[in-house]
Amino acid sequence: MAGSLTLWSLALLQVLVFIAGAPLLTGWIRRVRSALQNRAAPPIWQPYRELAKLFRKNVVLADEASWIFRTTPYVVLAATVSAAAALPAVATHLPTDAIADVIVLVGFLALARFFLALAAMDVGTAFGGMAASREMMVASLAEPAMLIAVFTLSMTAGSTNLSTAVGYILHSGLVLRPAFVFTLVGLLMVAIAETGRLPVDNPATHLELTMIHEGMILEYGGRHLALIEWASEIKLMIYGVLIADLFLPWGIATRLTVPSLLLGSIALVAKLAFWGGLLAMVETHFAKMRLFRVPEFLNIAFLLCLLGLLSHLILEVAL
Amino acid sequence: MATLSLYGQSILVLASLILFTSFALLAQTRALPLIRLFAWQGILLAVTTALVAWVTHQPHLYVSALLTLGLKALLIPWLLIRLVNRLGLHNEVENPKANALVLLGAAALTVFCYEIALPIMRLSTLLTRNVIAVSLAVVLLGMLLIIVRSKAVTQVVGFMCMENGLFFAAVVATYGMPMVVELGVAFDVLIAAILFGLFFLQIRDSIDSLDIDRLSRLRETDE
Amino acid sequence: MILVLGYGAVVLPFAAALIALLSDLFPRTVRAGFFLLLAAGGGVSVVAGVGCLLTGGIVTGQLGLGLPGLAWHLRLDPLSGFFLAVTGIVVVAVACYGPAYVRQYQNGQQPLSALGFFTGIFVAGMQLVLLANDVFLFMLAWEIMSLSSYFLVTYQHQHAANRRAGFLYLLMAEGSALLILLAFGILAAFAHGLTFGALRAAHVPVEWATAAFVLALLGFGLKAGLVPFHVWLPEAHPVAPSHISALMSGLMLKVAVYGFIRFVYGLVVHIQWRWGLAVLILGTVSALFGVLYAIMQHDLKRLLAYHSVENIGIIFMGLGLSMIFIGTGHPVLGVLGLIAALYHTLNHALFKSLLFLGSGAILLRTHEGDLEHMGGLIRRMPQTALLFLIGCLSISALPPFNGFVSEWLTFQTALQVSVLSNTVLRAVLPVSAALLALTGALAATCFVKVYGVAFLGRSRTRRIRHAREVAWGMRVGMGLLALLCLVFGILPTLTIRLIESVPRLLLHRGLPSASVHGWLWLTPVSARVASYSAPLLVLGLVLMLALGYGLLHPRRRRAAIRRSHAWDCGFGGLTPRMQYTSTAFSMPIRRIFSPVWTLKEQTEVQMDDREPLRVAGIRYQLQISDRIWPLLYEPMARGLQLVTRRIGRIQTGRVRTYLAYSFFTLLLLLWLVR
Repeated sequence: MAGSLTLWSLALLQVLVFIAGAPLLTGWIRRVRSALQNRAAPPIWQPYRELAKLFRKNVVLADEASWIFRTTPYVVLAATVSAAAALPAVATHLPTDAIADVIVLVGFLALARFFLALAAMDVGTAFGGMAASREMMVASLAEPAMLIAVFTLSMTAGSTNLSTAVGYILHSGLVLRPAFVFTLVGLLMVAIAETGRLPVDNPATHLELTMIHEGMILEYGGRHLALIEWASEIKLMIYGVLIADLFLPWGIATRLTVPSLLLGSIALVAKLAFWGGLLAMVETHFAKMRLFRVPEFLNIAFLLCLLGLLSHLILEVAL
Repeated sequence: MATLSLYGQSILVLASLILFTSFALLAQTRALPLIRLFAWQGILLAVTTALVAWVTHQPHLYVSALLTLGLKALLIPWLLIRLVNRLGLHNEVENPKANALVLLGAAALTVFCYEIALPIMRLSTLLTRNVIAVSLAVVLLGMLLIIVRSKAVTQVVGFMCMENGLFFAAVVATYGMPMVVELGVAFDVLIAAILFGLFFLQIRDSIDSLDIDRLSRLRETDE
Repeated sequence: MILVLGYGAVVLPFAAALIALLSDLFPRTVRAGFFLLLAAGGGVSVVAGVGCLLTGGIVTGQLGLGLPGLAWHLRLDPLSGFFLAVTGIVVVAVACYGPAYVRQYQNGQQPLSALGFFTGIFVAGMQLVLLANDVFLFMLAWEIMSLSSYFLVTYQHQHAANRRAGFLYLLMAEGSALLILLAFGILAAFAHGLTFGALRAAHVPVEWATAAFVLALLGFGLKAGLVPFHVWLPEAHPVAPSHISALMSGLMLKVAVYGFIRFVYGLVVHIQWRWGLAVLILGTVSALFGVLYAIMQHDLKRLLAYHSVENIGIIFMGLGLSMIFIGTGHPVLGVLGLIAALYHTLNHALFKSLLFLGSGAILLRTHEGDLEHMGGLIRRMPQTALLFLIGCLSISALPPFNGFVSEWLTFQTALQVSVLSNTVLRAVLPVSAALLALTGALAATCFVKVYGVAFLGRSRTRRIRHAREVAWGMRVGMGLLALLCLVFGILPTLTIRLIESVPRLLLHRGLPSASVHGWLWLTPVSARVASYSAPLLVLGLVLMLALGYGLLHPRRRRAAIRRSHAWDCGFGGLTPRMQYTSTAFSMPIRRIFSPVWTLKEQTEVQMDDREPLRVAGIRYQLQISDRIWPLLYEPMARGLQLVTRRIGRIQTGRVRTYLAYSFFTLLLLLWLVR
């Protein structure tokens, strides 16, 4: 029993570290991007300062806002954290891993998005509805691509359970799989679309008409906004960890000893730093697409994931 | 999969990348990027050939790799790009209807190729026999490209793409054709490219467009 | 004992129907008595169904009713028990909802007695289909169900549109009955007798079995509303009174699913994987097209009816997967697919009835069915809004509600594709699963639209602004369904343990792996492959919500939260007309998937006469119609007309010609019987 208690507390600790560290990733991305664009960089803990400032501020609600608008930030954060809890970040085979597999994880992110879109429509402005409509459009097209990618990986590993999949990939060693190459690129594109980064959405825009994610939370302020910002930082980290788990699992702790956990944490930090750097590069290199280029972008992502599946079927399965 | 050597794995990855370039050709609607993609396919093909040559110690394959690189990755794309520049086709965008459907159809075609190639693959003893299906798919995708597009430049690229598929099959499945045949084919391709170029100039002069949908007089209608 | 309960499930609604005939004499008492009897019938059928699922037993009976020499054979087994239980739940909810809802028809143009009578007969007919154990009784009950629902569809027959919808519905229902009869006929040709036992024992050659399967797929598919036979569904379901729409969409389509499962798994038995592939493809197409058509609707009930097409598609996808796995020799996975399909059947019955009842509540209070005129109902009808939200979350397949569990099970079934050796199947299954994901995401988009436009934002019309909350009985009916949506979402393992006795009956094996780790963990294949623990997730979710709210809600700062105007770009004066409408919301989807519909878009810009560059007004018109009509039905109708006109030529109008016809017929008959 003591063993399972340790396991649960370790899992809890992992979740806490995960959500506490998420703003750091955002800070890192901003730093790298500033460096790439020859700008003076804000300190890496700037997102924490912003969150703290928002938490201190009072909330102002729009006239038409109902209880949906007020509960949405809590629901969004809770759903996102639940998704984060199901992810093996530092160590595998923690008890929280078994609660949800990848499909459930996608489901929880969808739940958060559903509420966010509802909240956007709750205030009764044109911007909210527009942003909600666009966000749901992007999500509808991203989801099948994501699922195909997940299918390819889970067909290779024989499981949708992330811990098992990570274990399989670690066990089979360094193998060049064409399916993984395509799936990786496809999944990266999906991740960019889903987390609302450039070139799909501009998180730093100031023009309401070009907003997707920011348009939905236009009316939020104070602690509500803080919760939502934090949730989207966690979401960004979820995608980073997910991609790291599936394609670069090396270093993750499979045994629960102090040195391996330490190694796992260091490996995680390194992988996330890489992920952040990659995102910053992409954001520096590409301009934002027109809205109706986004379906084409996601179509290509879908095609890549489908090609991954096909090459798994054709090239990797022994006759 | 895990039992394959690093060589086998790299061949598979290269094969899938070549398949990917074929899909990308189908997705690309502008002339210059299309030709560039075709050049990339040539480079990948050359790399594959060189890899096979290195592993199987067949020096004549190095020659074919060089030929492929020179012809398909450099010379023919250069010719085509020059042609596009001369005829001012940079901004011509093809607008194939239901591009997503064509791509899904291409995916289905790939599965079909696998199904067709299964008996051949069972006969082969080479490690890389899975690739036969891919090369067949590349050939058919090239043909699909010719069918769904109307611009002449795309048609030429589609034709060359078919040839690439055949060459790829020859290299990977049987470690290359005899040198004489290869040289002959390479020469044919080159001549074809030049002829196409001349032909372009001609039809451009006579019908003032490179849209081959307008070359439809050869049918039994009462005009 | 259980069979007596089963009889009760048929007899009580029938009695209710008879009572309803008196309702013009004593309206109030009869209404109470009618819905009490209906609820009792529903309750009895839940008890009978659940009891049968728990014991897994089979009871048969025989009644000397009907034609002489053709006794009614009845049978209650886990399959019919499952569907009885589903029917019962929805009937109970509708019976709670009904009394307050039908009051609006009291002084209407149509007698309330007709509505009550046909409702009772309709429910009794459905229950009788589930209990039938021979072809004769099955078809009889099927016709009772179809005909009584025809009268319900045309209940408000003063509108020409309703009469047209009713006629289309009748035509399709009879076509489906004919096809089903033919399918039974093929089996009966090889069997001794018309009971289901005899049909099952028959040795049918594969070609004939395939023919019977195709006929059954067409027949039951017509009734269930698979694409391309769905055209009657969005016409017929919305025009009936809302609680009847709930019964039709929630239950009658399920009876068609029951018939299909009974026919394929219970009677034909030797399932081929090619059949499964056909079912899978039809199901995928239905799911995708259903949701794409739904998303373009702005009439709430029509939108919900199209979503029924989608959900029936998902159910058939599960069945198709199951048949593929059974046909290729993997019965365990076949069980998984069947359970996924049955689970989704249960879920769809719950949330679709809930949503139809909710739309009925809106209609009752606002007389408004068009989304474009709604808005802000969450402030007028807060409890209905909450219940409707639960329905929306469930149908959008979001965790932790029930729709998610069944879609997750379907995904898990599709993922087991690596056991198959056929490459085409291995490519088709994941692609169909990806299309299922697309369907789910589009459904979420659609319900964000529905909920956002109808319940959130500002009210667009005066009627909406003056809406009030509905009577408690209606809220109880919806609340029951909403609660069950949550329960079946949180406790999937226990539910599966209950459903399991259906595959135990049909395929002689259960799914022990699903619940091997206790009620907390759902592990469809094994814990290594996939696991889902809804109770723990909900616990975590609730804890986090409580923690977040407790920590952040300002108890010290007593001051009320400041309210202010929403951001209006500094121009001032946001009006309800500036909100995103339902048509605007679905515009990106319309643009991306434009070849799916026949779209007629027109924009007229009127310029100001005095200032040539100033726009005085813009008129936008959009017409969306179903592609299936011009592609399939209109040519069919034209062909039919052509043929009938040819045949019509023998109608000469001269008496002597008719005599000649009789004469030649007589000669032919004499020659035949000589």
